[in-house]
Amino acid sequence: MNLNLTLIGQAIAFAVFVWFCMKYVWPPVMQALQERQKKIADGLDAASRATRDLEVAQEKAEETLRESKEQAQQILEQANKRASQIVEEARETARAEGERIIEGARSEIDQEINRAKEELRAQVSLLAVAGAERILESSIDESKHRELVDKLAAEL
Amino acid sequence: MAGNNPTSTEYIQHHLQNMTFGLHPEHGWSLAHSAQEAQEMGFWAIHVDTMLWSIGLGVVFLYLFRLVAKRASTGVPTGLQNFVEMMVEFVDGSVRETFHGKSRLIAPLSLTIFCWIFLMNLMDLVPVDFLPMLAQKIGSWFGADPAHVYFKVVPTTDVNATFGMSLSVFALIIFYSIRSKGVSGFIAELTLHPFSTSNKFAQILLIPINFLLEAVTLLAKPVSLSLRLFGNLYAGELIFILIAMIGLWQLPLHFPWAVFHILIITLQAFIFMMLTIVYLSMATEEQH
Repeated sequence: MNLNLTLIGQAIAFAVFVWFCMKYVWPPVMQALQERQKKIADGLDAASRATRDLEVAQEKAEETLRESKEQAQQILEQANKRASQIVEEARETARAEGERIIEGARSEIDQEINRAKEELRAQVSLLAVAGAERILESSIDESKHRELVDKLAAEL
Repeated sequence: MAGNNPTSTEYIQHHLQNMTFGLHPEHGWSLAHSAQEAQEMGFWAIHVDTMLWSIGLGVVFLYLFRLVAKRASTGVPTGLQNFVEMMVEFVDGSVRETFHGKSRLIAPLSLTIFCWIFLMNLMDLVPVDFLPMLAQKIGSWFGADPAHVYFKVVPTTDVNATFGMSLSVFALIIFYSIRSKGVSGFIAELTLHPFSTSNKFAQILLIPINFLLEAVTLLAKPVSLSLRLFGNLYAGELIFILIAMIGLWQLPLHFPWAVFHILIITLQAFIFMMLTIVYLSMATEEQH
């Protein structure tokens, strides 16, 4: 194991290898590594952004759903109110109609009564005269008592 | 076993001898036929096996990583790309934790160190006789004496390989020190610490002592870096060789040592990388 020219040969070979490695091996590999690193970082970024977007969208959807539910509730309430209103109105109308009918019937009844009274009055005077004629047939002098009877008839 | 029934000593020595090509004073440019011939070649010789395996493994590493780098996509990674990205992220994380300055060099440097050393260490797990015997067979086809064909498979058991790397790192330490502190700052760091005083005269007296201490600290970095790796792998390799010598009983012994060795080879590659990052970050930081 004597030192000789191999020493210099090895040093030269070493230098050449290092130079080659520095020039043609290290930079491309390193560049690829860094580019991949960047790519992965970008990908992770995009993923987190997408997650955030998704969250926002979900929130929005929930809000919309809640709003529409509220709206539906409102509409339902309005409809209910309207329905009860209509029922109330109908009841009111019916009552008015009923009263009107009763009123009409009552006035008719009154008219009937009046007419009956007139008829009765006319017949009562005839009956009274006829009755009195029968009772007083002989004793009464028609001409003497005509004045009295007419007075009676006028009183009815 | 190598050669014509060699003794244990010959077997071990054979395994620890590199295939050396160099300028021999008598035979001229040739492959060394023995450890002694390799010794006689002195500095102007080269370990063919170390160079071959280390460069081959380095090319394998860079080819695989380049393959992925070329078609690196930002989509879902599969198979090899997964593995490469895991390695790159692991090294990048280690560098970021330790090195706080800005440098385009440190991270690829660390990746190269870790993967290259790991692959070179990994050759230790190939059974010690496989590749050397293959080399001997090939050598004998070319008319060489198999006993004289040396072939050492693990480059990190060669001090030249580990020093080649650690001295490069050492050069980077000095370069980064000077770049971040300037030449005067670097010299001041070497001479004005750890002992400093407000008295001018006493300070001048302290400079040699400081310089001695700091120089040892500085030089210990590359030496410890390379010898740690070399020592671990050399010792591991030696134990594999010893286990291989004991005949049939090597099987139950080889396996646990190989399993344990997986830890060592990974750990040593990691330590070399981490210490490189630490040394370089110390060099760029202002004061210590």
